Amino acid sequence: MSKTDVSRRGLLKTSAVAGAGLAVPTIFTAQSAAAFTNNPTGGTVTLGFNVPQTGPYADEGADELRAYQLAVEHLNGEGDGGMLNTFSSKALEGSGIMGKKVEYVTGDTQTKSDAARASAKSMIEKDGAIMITGGSSSGVAVAVQGLCQEAGVIFMAGLTHSNDTTGKDKKANGFRHFFNAYMSGAALAPVLKNLYGDDRKAYHLTADYTWGWTQEESIKAATEALGWETVNTVKTPLAATDFSSYIAPVLNSGADVLVLNHYGGNMVNSLTNAVQFGLREKEVNGKNFEIVVPLYSRLMAKGAGENVKGIHGSTNWHWSLQDEGSKAFVRSFGTKYGFPPSQAAHTCYVQTLLYADAVQRAGSFNPCAVAEALEDFEFDGMGNGKTLYRGEDHQCFKDVLVVRGKENPTSEFDLLEVVEVTPRAQVEYPADHPMFAGGQLGSCNPGA
Amino acid sequence: MFGLDKRDTTLLLIVAGLTIFAPFLLNPFPTDSGLAQFNAGYPDLMQRFVIFGIFAIGFNILFGLTGYLSFGHAAFLGVGSYSAVWMFKLLSMNVLPAIILSVIISGLFALVIGFISLRRSGIYFSILTLAFAQMSFSLAYSVLTPITNGETGLQLTLDDPRVLGVSATADGSIPVTNLFGMEMRSTYHLIVGPWDFQFNMGYYLCALVMIAAFYLSIRIFRSPFGMMLRAVKSNQQRMNYTGLNSKPYTLAAFVISGMYAGLAGGLMASMDPLAGAERMQWTASGEVVLMTILGGAGTLIGPVLGAGFIKYFENIFSKINDNVLHGWFSFLPDGLEDFVVFIIHPFIGKGWHLTLGILFMLVVIYLPGGLVEGGQRIGNWFKGRKKSDAHQSKTNPAE
Repeated sequence: MSKTDVSRRGLLKTSAVAGAGLAVPTIFTAQSAAAFTNNPTGGTVTLGFNVPQTGPYADEGADELRAYQLAVEHLNGEGDGGMLNTFSSKALEGSGIMGKKVEYVTGDTQTKSDAARASAKSMIEKDGAIMITGGSSSGVAVAVQGLCQEAGVIFMAGLTHSNDTTGKDKKANGFRHFFNAYMSGAALAPVLKNLYGDDRKAYHLTADYTWGWTQEESIKAATEALGWETVNTVKTPLAATDFSSYIAPVLNSGADVLVLNHYGGNMVNSLTNAVQFGLREKEVNGKNFEIVVPLYSRLMAKGAGENVKGIHGSTNWHWSLQDEGSKAFVRSFGTKYGFPPSQAAHTCYVQTLLYADAVQRAGSFNPCAVAEALEDFEFDGMGNGKTLYRGEDHQCFKDVLVVRGKENPTSEFDLLEVVEVTPRAQVEYPADHPMFAGGQLGSCNPGA
Repeated sequence: MFGLDKRDTTLLLIVAGLTIFAPFLLNPFPTDSGLAQFNAGYPDLMQRFVIFGIFAIGFNILFGLTGYLSFGHAAFLGVGSYSAVWMFKLLSMNVLPAIILSVIISGLFALVIGFISLRRSGIYFSILTLAFAQMSFSLAYSVLTPITNGETGLQLTLDDPRVLGVSATADGSIPVTNLFGMEMRSTYHLIVGPWDFQFNMGYYLCALVMIAAFYLSIRIFRSPFGMMLRAVKSNQQRMNYTGLNSKPYTLAAFVISGMYAGLAGGLMASMDPLAGAERMQWTASGEVVLMTILGGAGTLIGPVLGAGFIKYFENIFSKINDNVLHGWFSFLPDGLEDFVVFIIHPFIGKGWHLTLGILFMLVVIYLPGGLVEGGQRIGNWFKGRKKSDAHQSKTNPAE
């Protein structure tokens, strides 16, 4: 027998407590009611800048970070506004993004997929970043892009040149402004033909990882279409610092062009070795021996010093461009930091503005709305002429620069000269091109 | 309890308590305060704490008990990750088969490497394991790209077969890792005033596995087998002369610790389905050695503490930038503010390695027994003070 004495007061008390108890979860979970990950509710919005601060690409990373800080200043209406004044879309007013002040967090990718993902995850989970951007290598870009797709935030890729980023590894939440290996090939081929003729024999040295392979494939296809013959392609380990043993066989191979599919420190070393072996003074098959570096950057040219003189390659952007957008960017970057920006800085700066502009136009931070605003968006005034963000693969299509190491540099920054601005039409390709096949964009993921 | 004596039971309960209440313990600062920078209670980092805890516990079974210093343990972690991701690609997104396979594969891998490497001891053993690990790294990085996807890392795609699951969900995205339908990434936010406590499914799975792994390691430490391993450490030659063959014991310890590493790798891939080759690099192998030594080699809880310590620095200190510093010191006059930021600058952000290095040196010099020794000293100090409070007539020094 149990005693059940329920007083009126007791019942009221109990039900009040129970009611409060039931109401508690709805108070606590108020945040998860948001329709997408990290919906900024306060007066600020947080962006995540995930760049290599240590490791082989730390120089590029530092420059990217400078560009991001500049972009944030301009978005918040500080400084001279930079490219906001030349950008064809006028949605941004220098009052943050949709009236919210832009704040940022930074992280170190260490140029490792794992570390980059950990850093991006902490930005999303801890700091509430609504967008992640940055990176200076394709492996990291692909890895972080995959993470952002899962987490439901937008990824604006930094410097990544591999075809895979918007090819087989493309994602609905990821966007790339930088050009790619295919475009390098398409832009370089006509220039090479004019310079070196159409019956050359090429020898490739390729960094042994995804970016190197896609670039080798692209350059090979483009040069073979000219009528060149590919004598041999040799993979070199990424960690290699001495390429003498790879250069020696080139001399006896009968090749008369050496293509270096290397980037960063690799390229500096392999080019230096090639020049030391006297390749540039050599004559093979009655022609001058030539060296080509398909992906160039000013920081690399600086590292290789004298050796880059007269060597051709392609680049996304160069500070000596004379259009209004580039001039405005170089001016504000130079004023703040005292030297001109690199191409990595340019692409990161532009990506940040493009994201902010897309949010402003979409009227929402929802990744799906932002993606829709970016897809097939055509703009101008950002340094590469009229540019299209293609909706099918989230790749930007714009003019590509063919550059040459300057013979008589006037300053330590004036190392490259623009040989030709290859018009956009020449570097375009269909989204289902075989070099980009194998992946699917999927559908946009707003998370939560 | 559970066949443990009272002290070990207390230790196990403490570890269990710490891991279960980690979302509270690691989030002591309100989210809107300046100190929120130091909060570590978000799912990704908590997962890392326990996963690397498992890795270090396993490493300690080999290094702490037998004294064999393996410099290639990250290889097993990497192998575990790759096996798990392949399971996600081929079988289903359930984490259970993935974790089981990763433990088995890394165990086999450890058997082969251990069989060869354990023919030598001391520095030669270390170098052999290092060589194997670097070999595995190079293979994963370029040669075996069809299996490992090289530098980019092995990732899930929309056209993976996943025979027991779906290749793509109805809305066209890659399915997420789960345990019988419980999604690893699902997080419950408990918002109490300015605090935001995050309870993550994946974290609690890892935490449970770690408690089980910790329990198993206590049992190994206290077993006759553990005693044999300690004998190997103290004098292997004498053991051999008494007619005992020590090799099966060391090989068993090596395989067990390799399986722990594989388990950690499998869990890592279950939380974030990607396997990168750099997980196998020698720096990653060195990291687990640091964790174990920093925490206290040969102690039960030391490696877990060391793992937490290093991961905290890697993830929290590396994210403090000058901007944050200026925010903290904005109350100082301008010139002084810049000066203070200038002084601290080399130690934060990309300088986190430097800070960690200094702390590591301090620990090794002043606390050779690692963080555990530090804890013991503090404990003794308190005990000593209490005693002197009780018997005021006696003057007992703390040490």
